[in-house]
Amino acid sequence: MTRQQVQKVAVGSITAVAIVAVLPIVVIIGFILVQGIGAINLTFLTSAPSNGMRDGGILPAILGTLILTLGTAIVCIPIAVAAAIYLAEYAGDTRLTRWVRLAIVNLAGIPSIVYGLFGLGVFVLFLGFGTSILAGSLTLGIMTLPVVISTAEEAILAVPQRFRVVSLSLGATRWQTIWHQVLPHALPGIITGIILGLGRAAGETAPILFTVAAFYLPDLPSSIFDQTMALPYHLYAISTQVPDMPLSIQYGTALVLLMIVLSLTLVAALFRTRMRRRRTW
Amino acid sequence: MRPKISIQNLYFTYSDETEALKNITIDIPENEVLVLFGPSRSGKSTLLRLLNRLSDLTENAKFQGAILFNDQDIFAPGVDVANLRRRVSMVFALPSPLPGSIQDNLTYGLKMAGIRDRALLEERVEDSLRQAALWDEVKDRLHHSAFALSGGQQQRLCIARSLALEPEVILLDNPTSGLDPISTSIVEDSLVELKQRYTIIMVPHSVQQMARVADRGAFLLDGELIEVDTPAALFTQPRDQRTEDYITGRFG
Repeated sequence: MTRQQVQKVAVGSITAVAIVAVLPIVVIIGFILVQGIGAINLTFLTSAPSNGMRDGGILPAILGTLILTLGTAIVCIPIAVAAAIYLAEYAGDTRLTRWVRLAIVNLAGIPSIVYGLFGLGVFVLFLGFGTSILAGSLTLGIMTLPVVISTAEEAILAVPQRFRVVSLSLGATRWQTIWHQVLPHALPGIITGIILGLGRAAGETAPILFTVAAFYLPDLPSSIFDQTMALPYHLYAISTQVPDMPLSIQYGTALVLLMIVLSLTLVAALFRTRMRRRRTW
Repeated sequence: MRPKISIQNLYFTYSDETEALKNITIDIPENEVLVLFGPSRSGKSTLLRLLNRLSDLTENAKFQGAILFNDQDIFAPGVDVANLRRRVSMVFALPSPLPGSIQDNLTYGLKMAGIRDRALLEERVEDSLRQAALWDEVKDRLHHSAFALSGGQQQRLCIARSLALEPEVILLDNPTSGLDPISTSIVEDSLVELKQRYTIIMVPHSVQQMARVADRGAFLLDGELIEVDTPAALFTQPRDQRTEDYITGRFG
């Protein structure tokens, strides 16, 4: 083969593989969409399940997932951002910080069901929060920490070093430099990381299984010590625990969950492109 | 007269054991333009960065000796480093505006020092821009991005940004390195004006630039201070053979 032919074959096969990589997401979304779209209507989105969950809607699960996502954000964001600032700006390379980094990497590798058991042991039982939104949010929040810490740290490190040096040389303190020069420019990256992390948390079943999720609870929660329904667990429950469950409701539920998670991811992606375009340097 | 800055037996060693400065001793009187010149890696920038403790950013470096600024040891415990950096202000080799408008750049240091008085801020903006010979070019677009300026304008903005702090000493680390000859001569001209009011310590772009702007030139080689004298003396009767060799272009 000539060099030109090799070039063509190489580009062709790489393109083919790239298309294959995109295929699953297209097929999954398409399949869920086709199967589930029929179940989506106003009643489905705005009423509680009825008739042993075989009828009615999934409002308590939708709201539960939104509340848990919010709770996750409240738990996760302050800790993760503070940790990222510490690691990127203050920590340097000492034995302690190497251990901290190792711990974060390992935290990311722990299976989500283990987080669920941890939440059950520590928050539900030991701290006595019971099966509650509080316990579920704490569990999800901790699970989300590593991904948000890593993306936030990368965003902070990506701010050009010269801005820091110039700021310090103009008599700004280290904290002023972080606050006025580093964080504003790292913010898009940090927020992107937060949204992606929350998107994952919103779709998790195992961590909420023992810590917050209710099998059937038509009333909306009234405090953070209440249980709540949530979409991922509801989907698991109606798919495995309810005999004669209409398929359309299962796929409808899956579709709603998928849309919530995908829209979070989409918001993150759009936000990132917009902020990049506004960057002046 | 007491020196503005007194450097006494200064040693500085980087974490990789490179001895960047060896036993440097020199007094710099007020309103002098002292130019630190020598081949690359001779320790000029390292010395400059020590004078307002930007060297603190270099991790695991070893340091010996003393630097007195107005008779105060700048490395003494309890020294307000932020304040020192306002008094002894650095202009970097490459134009380094901060993201934001021209005005934002000029008021940044002042705001960080807690100055909020609008009238005072505006006065300092105009004052510093005039001193850096930039006022006429930018007075109508103070709120435009600093990155929209040309390289030469950006560098004068950075000089103005230092001046806005009303420092006592200005450190210039090869401030014309990225500039064309016309911008270079504008910057050099503004230095002549500035030395009426400030003490200036500068790393030059070339030996010729040293000769044009220096009251005294200090020749550094491999971290040692070889000799300090007026440009005329350095050119016509250098005391050290190495100075003569460098100035006449035999190495470097």
